[in-house]
Amino acid sequence: MSRGGATKRFIKRKAAVFGLVTFLVILAMTFAADLFLPAKDGEMNLSMSLRPPSIDHPFGTDTFGRDILYRILHGARISLSIGFLARTLSLVLGLGLGILSGYVGGKVDSVIMRLADITFAFPTLLLLIAITAVLTPGIVPLFVALGVVGWAAMARIVRGMVMSVKTKEFVQAARASGAGHFSLIFRHILPESISPVIVVYTLGLGMTIMAEASLSFLGLGIQAPTPSWGKMISTGIPFLRTAPWLTFFPGLFLTLTVCSLNLIGDGLRDAFDIRRD
Amino acid sequence: MLKFIAKRLLTLIPVLWGVVTVTFIVMYVVPGDPVRSIAGERYDEQTIEELRAELGLDKPLAVQYVDYLWKLARLDLGRSFVTRRPVIESIRERFPRTMLLAFSAMLIAVVFGISIGVLASSPRFPWLGNSLMTFSLVGVSIPVFWLGLLLIYLFSIKLSILPPSGYGGGSIQYLIMPAVTLSFASMATVARVTRASFLDTVGEDYVRTARSKGLGDIMIYGKHVLRNALIPVITIVGADFGSYLSGSVLTESIFGWPGLGRLVVQAILKRDFPVIRGAVIFMALLFVIVNLVVDISYGIADPRMRVGGNGE
Repeated sequence: MSRGGATKRFIKRKAAVFGLVTFLVILAMTFAADLFLPAKDGEMNLSMSLRPPSIDHPFGTDTFGRDILYRILHGARISLSIGFLARTLSLVLGLGLGILSGYVGGKVDSVIMRLADITFAFPTLLLLIAITAVLTPGIVPLFVALGVVGWAAMARIVRGMVMSVKTKEFVQAARASGAGHFSLIFRHILPESISPVIVVYTLGLGMTIMAEASLSFLGLGIQAPTPSWGKMISTGIPFLRTAPWLTFFPGLFLTLTVCSLNLIGDGLRDAFDIRRD
Repeated sequence: MLKFIAKRLLTLIPVLWGVVTVTFIVMYVVPGDPVRSIAGERYDEQTIEELRAELGLDKPLAVQYVDYLWKLARLDLGRSFVTRRPVIESIRERFPRTMLLAFSAMLIAVVFGISIGVLASSPRFPWLGNSLMTFSLVGVSIPVFWLGLLLIYLFSIKLSILPPSGYGGGSIQYLIMPAVTLSFASMATVARVTRASFLDTVGEDYVRTARSKGLGDIMIYGKHVLRNALIPVITIVGADFGSYLSGSVLTESIFGWPGLGRLVVQAILKRDFPVIRGAVIFMALLFVIVNLVVDISYGIADPRMRVGGNGE
């Protein structure tokens, strides 16, 4: 299938384009945060504690008088970075093990696939809770845990692709003409598997960001004073009656981010014409 | 049929062993000192040594592993660091409450999810289909803990018609908000799958035959389409059971529902290691068994599944 055709099909889907635009806006706001928000917005100022939304502070202020929008956008940097890092780690692990599994086959394949079964046997958030509960909290353990947990889904997709591409004629031809394993995998098999991998990466990105927020909400993820959406929501709970903006706006950004990534992922899946399974 | 069930039961053994072993690896073999990272500065040196001895961390790893398996086989999950109560007792006490919540949520997800999916697949109201599908997309993207707080804000704080949290002996006014919260993501998935499956099934030959026989819409949809279209929905509901267990951790902590999920959250706050581990193992095993049951009942519902199976 041609990439050009896929782009055209993606653009035709209003929902997918809406998702892409929303995500790009969030990304742009995150990067440009320092341009339009003064740094003092992020500092504690008890005289400004718990102010409702106003022109100066469109999303209000928290208990320490810090601007909520400032903290949301700085939290976004961390959430998005952790999401991308974790997904990339899953990608690397999934590609490596998936290729090994699908290309070598036999015993190697069954061992790797049984490991995947075992990973799938855990409800994801519970496995993450078990892992993060014993680690010293921090950004690195967090993204490693999120990345490792995501390996299995990626590996299954890659394995399936490798197995189906392996038997195609052009790969057989390349093998017959003396191409080595390395060149077979990287020049012939991988390029064919790229579209489903992109889809799984994108759809998993939303879920990873959600999982990070859930862990931070439970106190197992990012620790104060580093801003994070999940933590902002949990610290807002006691003020739900008096200052609902503490919980409302971080959750709204989290929902918009996850939603836009899911829309992009769905759009890509349809554009690449991948059967859902 | 028996052969099919026996085969499935056999595949259960390596997975169960794997789940138990992964939990062991995660919680015992992680780099660093779990006892210290758990106990922190809260306890003095002597207590830390006692905890370590109690967990058997002073023994060689292989001995620890065999010990751990042997204790698990006797359903011994250790005692809480904080209350000294056997973990299995707390689980036994709280498990029915989580099941009450999970099954209520499942019921809501199935009833509303299927209704939404069927309505959204109707060719007569395309705008309805689109808006219901948008709703279901938001449903899978909305964080369960945030949704719960929004509901509390609306129904408890603004409208004052439902209690914000508590168990209330499991009575309906306490149950309804957590159950709706927990059902939401699954409801959205069920709606999407139902719609897709419905649209597929309507195009099948036997539906056209039924129509040419002169059957009315109610007969066609009620008898022919619904029955066949619902098979994929069963799998989704089963596969989503894990999301109910994961979701219960978040939902129960928001609504103060005294089930397994809240047990985990309280244990996290107190760094109560045996309780976290016990509850995680218990829920993972439960998830594996539920998946197996779904798998088998799926095989009974659709004989074609018995042959290929297992994705091999």
